[in-house]
Amino acid sequence: MHLAAQASHWSVALTFSDQPVPPGGPAADPTPGAAAPASFADHGEARLFAALRRGDEDAFVELVQRHHATLKRLARLFVPSDSVAEEVVQETWLAVLQGLERFEGRSTLKTWIFRIVVNRARTRGERESRTVSFSSLITEEAEAPEMAVSPDRFRGPSDAYPGHWTVPLPRWGEDPEKWVSSHETMRHLRAALDLLPPAQRSVVMLRDVQDFTAEEVCEALGVSEANQRVLLHRGRSRLRRALEVHFGRRGATA
Amino acid sequence: MSPTDRNANPSPNPWGLDCNEFVELVTAYLENALSADDRASFEKHLSLCGSCRTYMEQMRLTLQGTRALREEDVPPGALETFRKAFRSSKGK
Repeated sequence: MHLAAQASHWSVALTFSDQPVPPGGPAADPTPGAAAPASFADHGEARLFAALRRGDEDAFVELVQRHHATLKRLARLFVPSDSVAEEVVQETWLAVLQGLERFEGRSTLKTWIFRIVVNRARTRGERESRTVSFSSLITEEAEAPEMAVSPDRFRGPSDAYPGHWTVPLPRWGEDPEKWVSSHETMRHLRAALDLLPPAQRSVVMLRDVQDFTAEEVCEALGVSEANQRVLLHRGRSRLRRALEVHFGRRGATA
Repeated sequence: MSPTDRNANPSPNPWGLDCNEFVELVTAYLENALSADDRASFEKHLSLCGSCRTYMEQMRLTLQGTRALREEDVPPGALETFRKAFRSSKGK
């Protein structure tokens, strides 16, 4: 397969552009067989990393299955088509294989992988002259006014209770836990997530689907802490609204 | 209601906050990013307002649902490519 044949070329790019260089220049190779880095955010990742270092192929496949689709969505923000995004992610996995020996755990394994894909997708997007910069996308989305709840749901300034709900907010049925976890509701939630504006979608996907910490999202996407929170808030608020609409429709037809 | 309306009236809000302010602070509250004063106002409102408790519950349910979503599968064929690449990277 041509992908494997090009792996050595990618390893060069990885060394110079994808790995963070510590102050004072690149560090020496880590001791062979060194324990998993202490910065792992979760036990699952530490276990995977140790297995990868041992040469466990299934661990690599597990890592790919865990992150591939999200990486592709992220890559798609920078490149013009799904097929180019898929190529960028495939290249990223090969770069990960090449770089694994030198990975020292200054960031978490997943943050490192996500940074590689963002760097590569950005470079590829520039080459294909689709220069939608993610930072301008973020600024645009974060600075445009957007309410968590439509203002007409609240009482006006002349009301006795200005800014309070016009009508009490109804709960999502007798057993909202069960309703939310139903197959149909999950399908609506999935569709609503896909419809979020790109920067919101990226942040919500990483934080809530992929279980990244706020710090990891800021690092992987290169967003400020404040913008990360604004995008997360808006994305989650939109998803709540989508579920509310879905619940209202179901209620109306029930 | 514009923000200046509130500034013009320095007397403390008996509700801690208004509901339309509450809904904009939910994420900052969950992220532990509110100042001590704002946090106190938020919690005061939460204790007094049933609709905003429902709102908070809905945000929690939404989050619970999103966390249960799984990403779709890796395209067919790609996994075998990665397995081969993995073997060749270990075979050197």
